[in-house]
Amino acid sequence: MAKITIDKLRHSYSPNPTGPDDYALKEIDLDWTDGGAYALLGPSGCGKSTLLNIISGLLTPSEGRVLFDGKDVTNLPPDQRNIAQVFQFPVIYDTMTVYDNLAFPLRNRGVDSARIDARVMEIATMLELEDRLATRASNLTPDNKQKISMGRGLVRDDVNVVMFDEPLTVIDPALKWKLRSKLKELHQKIAVTMIYVTHDQTEALTFADQVVVMQDGVIVQIGSPVELFERPQHTFVGHFIGSPGMNILPCEVVDGGATFQGQKIALEGKVVKTGQTTEIGIRPEYVRLSDSGIPATVRKAADIGRHTVVEMMTGGVAINAITDAAPPEPGTEVRLSFDPDQTRVYSDGWIATEVAK
Amino acid sequence: MKTENQKAWLFVLPVLALVAFNALIPLMTVVNYSVQETFGNNLFFWQGLDWFENILRSDRFHAALGRQVMFTAIILAIEIPLGVMIALAMPRSGPWVSVCLVLMALPLLIPWNVVGAMWNIFTLPDIGLLGYFMNNVLGVDYNMTQSPTAAWVTIIVMDVWHWTSLVVLLAYAGLISIPEPYYQAAKIDGASNWSVFRYIQLPKMKRVLTIAILLRFMDSFNIYTEVFVLTGGGPGNSTTLLSIDLVKVALGQFDLGNAAAMSLVYFAFTLLVSWLFYTIMMRDEE
Repeated sequence: MAKITIDKLRHSYSPNPTGPDDYALKEIDLDWTDGGAYALLGPSGCGKSTLLNIISGLLTPSEGRVLFDGKDVTNLPPDQRNIAQVFQFPVIYDTMTVYDNLAFPLRNRGVDSARIDARVMEIATMLELEDRLATRASNLTPDNKQKISMGRGLVRDDVNVVMFDEPLTVIDPALKWKLRSKLKELHQKIAVTMIYVTHDQTEALTFADQVVVMQDGVIVQIGSPVELFERPQHTFVGHFIGSPGMNILPCEVVDGGATFQGQKIALEGKVVKTGQTTEIGIRPEYVRLSDSGIPATVRKAADIGRHTVVEMMTGGVAINAITDAAPPEPGTEVRLSFDPDQTRVYSDGWIATEVAK
Repeated sequence: MKTENQKAWLFVLPVLALVAFNALIPLMTVVNYSVQETFGNNLFFWQGLDWFENILRSDRFHAALGRQVMFTAIILAIEIPLGVMIALAMPRSGPWVSVCLVLMALPLLIPWNVVGAMWNIFTLPDIGLLGYFMNNVLGVDYNMTQSPTAAWVTIIVMDVWHWTSLVVLLAYAGLISIPEPYYQAAKIDGASNWSVFRYIQLPKMKRVLTIAILLRFMDSFNIYTEVFVLTGGGPGNSTTLLSIDLVKVALGQFDLGNAAAMSLVYFAFTLLVSWLFYTIMMRDEE
């Protein structure tokens, strides 16, 4: 178990990178404390798997360092980093039994057989594979194969970190929930550092204490699930997390305040910086249908279970609101107001309002 | 009762006809010869199983079969491991892949009789590149028209040169089908190079290697042209493999009954060993 530090890390897949566009990872600095459950969240191609492979040692970064407990491991191969990794698709040793598959990482490190037996039994019981230990792994269903892959990642209890690269892609939804809660349970029990890579916000938010959101090779925000939801540091986070995501409305900034459609909008605090573009960010949860405020036309209302998502247009911009009340008919003219303490201005994508202390 | 539609037979008919003309009818002709004594003017006399008894007791047949088994065993023992080793050493990606593949495919494109002729000239002691080099530069007495050992070494090296590529290409196809995460997982699991070979590469190559062994067994067991062109079965009878002996009996001596019985025994043997190989190799597949 270790604290993981990523120091000024950059990585490019081309041998002679010229501009920032050649980098898959652009200047990453991170500190992960010992025993935490972390998620790396971002859309496909944002660099999260690259970062994971650099931590595991499958890739050597172009620039920067990776430290485990302050020790530089940047140039160590994976087997000397004392880590475990679970891949997106099941990796099993076909000719071995389930037991031998699970025991493989331990045997390679010369663990004595009594200890191997105990660990394998424990992991197999947790994954509900205990009655299949003597089966040849190639005869299992994809679900069970992936369970073995995960089991091999979890069987060693002396690892610095266990990494998961979208491990539940091939698992069907009912089992997904179960395995995720098993993982969470296991993490609380053994308190080993875990890093979970995913593009699925539900997986990231339910698994992790701290979520690292990435876009285009840059970390846009690190925070707890609540922080990411309540106060996105970047419009990308606001839009990517939440269903539907945060409304982003172009606005004008005058004297530290914002105007949208000619109306002054109350904000959480003063606007402290301006850039090329200025936008208001407001989550649909905090948009209210009211008697006064910004005029809008209802286009559609979608029932998503406990709530209704109302899609509207205001001055050529789409805006969503979530309401518990009976939704208005399409075509209805409504007025909108925003909760001031949840209304922020973003300048060039980054948050630009400050809450007065 | 369920009525069955018998129309399917109509669709199988063309294939049956084709197989009949290129395999069944010639085979039945051979069966026909094998139970009769032939004289000129198309005179045939029923002979029963005499020819078979004759063949199975003949020292000449035993010797040819022994040479054949030895030849096949040696080339399999060399070509399969060598082919796998070359496949493992080949690059998985990059511009060298196609270069390697083309180089590997070249020997396979050369017709059998040309291979025999090439090696014949190559090994001539006075003008052949190899023959001259061995005799006059290294000072090794190497003349395959006189020494059975030299003849054997030459036919084995020639077969290895001609056919190892086939094993390489098949093994390589098996290797490149292994997804990268398998190697990554093995690295993380702390597996040694031997473990990676034993538990990842070998199991993934198993099917193609089974095919490779079967093809090489059948082809080498039936080898004729290359050896015939290179040594003609000599010196003496030292490289007279089964098919060469068979042709000598059938066309040289025009002993049709004997030759027919011999080819049926030969055929049964090839079939039996192929079946055994396949069954053993596929034993623990589901």
